[in-house]
Amino acid sequence: MNAISTSSKAVEVRNVFKNYGEVEALQDLSLDFPRGELTSLLGPSGCGKTTLLKIIAGLLPADSGEVMVNGETVTGPGPDRAFVFQDFALLPWASVIRNVAFGLELRGVGKSEREAIAEKYIADVGLDGFELKFPHQLSGGMRQRVGLARALSVDAQVLLMDEPFSAVDEQTRRKFQEDLLNLVKHENKTFLFVTHSIEEAVYVSDQIALLLPRPSRVSEIIRPSGFRDKGIDSIRRDSEYLDIVDRIWDSLRTYVE
Amino acid sequence: MKAFGYQLPAMSSLIIWGLLWELVGQLELTFFLPALSEIFITLSEIIGTKPFIKALTETGQAFFLGTFYAVTIGIPLGILMGKNRFIDELLLPWVNVFLSAPLTALVPVLMVLFGFGLKAIVITTSLFAIWIIILNARAGVKQINPALVEMAHSFGASPMDAFFKIYFWAALPEILSGVRIGFIRAVKGVIIGQLLISIVGFGALFELYSSQFLMSHFWAVLLVLFTLAFSISEFLAMLERKVEYYASKR
Amino acid sequence: MRNRTLSLKILSSVLIFGAWEVAGRVPVSFAFPTFLESMAALWTLTIEGTIFTAYVETLKPLVVGVMISAFFGIGLGVWIGLSRKFDWFVSPIFIVMQSAPLAALIPLLIMVYGIGLTSKVFVVCIMAMPVIVLNTSGAVRNTSVSIIEMGKSFLGTRREIIMKIIMPSASPIIFVGLRLGISAGFIGAILSELKITPTGVGDIISYSRSIADYPSMYAAIFSIILLAVLFLNILERVEVMIFKGINKGLVSD
Repeated sequence: MNAISTSSKAVEVRNVFKNYGEVEALQDLSLDFPRGELTSLLGPSGCGKTTLLKIIAGLLPADSGEVMVNGETVTGPGPDRAFVFQDFALLPWASVIRNVAFGLELRGVGKSEREAIAEKYIADVGLDGFELKFPHQLSGGMRQRVGLARALSVDAQVLLMDEPFSAVDEQTRRKFQEDLLNLVKHENKTFLFVTHSIEEAVYVSDQIALLLPRPSRVSEIIRPSGFRDKGIDSIRRDSEYLDIVDRIWDSLRTYVE
Repeated sequence: MKAFGYQLPAMSSLIIWGLLWELVGQLELTFFLPALSEIFITLSEIIGTKPFIKALTETGQAFFLGTFYAVTIGIPLGILMGKNRFIDELLLPWVNVFLSAPLTALVPVLMVLFGFGLKAIVITTSLFAIWIIILNARAGVKQINPALVEMAHSFGASPMDAFFKIYFWAALPEILSGVRIGFIRAVKGVIIGQLLISIVGFGALFELYSSQFLMSHFWAVLLVLFTLAFSISEFLAMLERKVEYYASKR
Repeated sequence: MRNRTLSLKILSSVLIFGAWEVAGRVPVSFAFPTFLESMAALWTLTIEGTIFTAYVETLKPLVVGVMISAFFGIGLGVWIGLSRKFDWFVSPIFIVMQSAPLAALIPLLIMVYGIGLTSKVFVVCIMAMPVIVLNTSGAVRNTSVSIIEMGKSFLGTRREIIMKIIMPSASPIIFVGLRLGISAGFIGAILSELKITPTGVGDIISYSRSIADYPSMYAAIFSIILLAVLFLNILERVEVMIFKGINKGLVSD
C-alpha cells in the first residue's frame, strides 16, 4: 500500500487561499491526493474542509493558488470529477432512474443509452427494482445510494464526497462504509472524502489529511498501513486502527468547543 | 445589490423610478402622468385642506374600527378553533370559503343593509381582514409544541396561566403574521368600500378629482395612500421579525 | 372519521343557512330576503339562462387579465429571481404594489382606457400581477443551492440548469402564486363590474338592487362567490395532486 509513488497524483492543491469577506477559510493550503486511493479530509467544523472540496470541484473559485486534476488546472466543474452531496441533492420531481441518469443527461447522452448505464449503476448500489420510485418514497440511505449511482454513472476518475454519510443513520452508515471500501478496491478511481467522524476517516482511508482551523491548515497527514489488507471485519479491532483514532482525537480535542 | 463596493439598501431603486417618473412627466408624454415634482407641490397645497383632512380621518376611522373588530373577534375565535375540535370543524369550512371568496361582491349587500356610510365601510374592512387573522391564530395554536403544554401542567399551571403564559406567546409569531396580512387586506378593503360607496372618504375625493381631471391632485392622494399602506405593512413586518427569532427555533 | 367530518360540514351548512332563513323571516331588514327566497331566485336565473350569459360576460376580463398577468408575471418573476440587479431594480415596485390599495387606480384607468373591456382587463391585471411576480421570484431565488451546485458539478449549462432544475423546483410555488392571482383577479373582475360599467353578474346585482328585487341580487352574489370558491378549491386540489411529494424529499428530511 505504501508503494504508491508520489508522482501518480490525481489531484494537487497548491497554495490555495480563500476568504469569505473577513473570515479566513483557507490559508496557503497545499495537499496531494494519490491516484486510486481514498483520501479523507478530517477536521472540526469550520476548518474549511468542505470549502476545499468545493474548490476542487470547481464550484467555488479560490482567491489565489492552483488546483490541478491530472495535471490540468481547474477552472470550473469538469467531466473528470463527480460530486456526491451531503444532502443528496436529488431532484424531487424525478424518478430514481432519471436522477441517476441526470449527470449523463446534462452531458448530452441519448435517453436509451444513459438509461442503460443508469440501470447498471442502480443495480450496483443495490437499488434494483426502485428505478421508477421517487426520492420521497426512499429512506435516507437509499437516497444517498441514488446520489452515489449518479456520481458513478458519469465515470469520472475523481469522486468528491462531501460528508456523504452524515445524514443517514448509524447502521446504514456502517454498511455504506463497507461498500465504499469495496468500491475503492474495485473501481480504479480516486476518492476525496470529507468527514467529521474520526472513526469513519480511519476506517475508510488510505490517507487522512488532518485539517485544523484558525488559520486553516493541514496539520498532519496520516497513512494507515497495517490493517488495510486484513479484511473489513477485523479493522475495528486492529490495534493500529485504535491507536490512530486516539492520536487524532488528541490533536483535535483542543479545537472542540 | 452592490454598486462601487457599497451595499445598496433595499428599496433604494425607488429613487430611480421616481426620477424616471419625473422625466416622463417633464416631457409631457401623457396628460395622465404629471411630473413627480408637480404632484408634490400639489400635495403640499392640499394636505392641510379641509376635504383632505376629512377624507383622511374618515378613512382612518373606518380602518381602525374595522381592524379593531377583526383583531378582537378574530384572534380569540382562532385560538378557540385551534383548541376545540368541534368548533373547529364547524367553522373551518366557512372561514376557508370567505378567505378565498371575492368579498367585493358582498359590498352591495352591505350598502343596502347598513346604508351608504361609515358602518358599511367598517364592516367591509373587517370582512376583508378577519378570515386570515382567524386562520393564522388557529394555526399558531395548532403548532404549539405539546411538550410546552405538558411542562406547564407538570409545574401545576392553572388554565388561565397556561393560556396567557404558554398559548398566547407560543402562537404569537403566527398571530402577528395573520394580523399583518389582515391589515394589508383591510387597507384594500377600506378603499374598495369607499370606491363603491363613493360618497365618503377618499372615494369622494377620487370622484371629485377624476370628474374635473385634476391629475396631480389624484396622484397626490394616491401617493399618500400607497405610502401609508406600505408603512403599515412594513411596521407590522418589523414587529413580526422581532418575534421570529424564536419562531424558527421551535 | 370521514363520516364525522362530512356530517359536521352538513351540520354547519344547515346552521348557517338556517340562520340566514330565520333572519330573513324576522326580517332583520326589508333588504334581507330569506335563504329560500334567494335560492328560488337563483333557480329562476338558472332556468332563464341569465346567470350563464352573465358568467361569460364576467369571466371574459378575468380570463384575459389572468392570462396576461400569468405570462408577464411569471416571466418577470423568473428574471427577478435569477438576476440580482434586476431584483434590486424591479422588486420594490411589486412589493409596494402588493401592500397598496390598487383599487384606487380604477378612476384613473377609466379616464385613460374608458369604460370598456380594456379597463376591466387592466383592473384584473393590477390585482393579479403582484402576487404572481413575488411568488415566482421568491421560488426561483430560493431554489435549493445544493441541487443547483449538483447541476453545475455535472456540467449543466445555464440554460439547462434553469429549465431542468430551477423551473421544475419552483413550479409548485409558482402555481400557488397563480391561484392567489386568480383569487385576486376575481375581486378585480367583480369590482370593475360594480365600479366601471355594470355587465355580467355585476349587472344583475346593480339592476336588481335598483328595482329592489333583493332575492335576485342575493342570488347573483351567492352564485358568483360560490363559483369563485369552487373554482379556487378545485385548483388547490389539482395543485396537491400534481405536486404531491415534490415538496418533500428535497432535503435530507
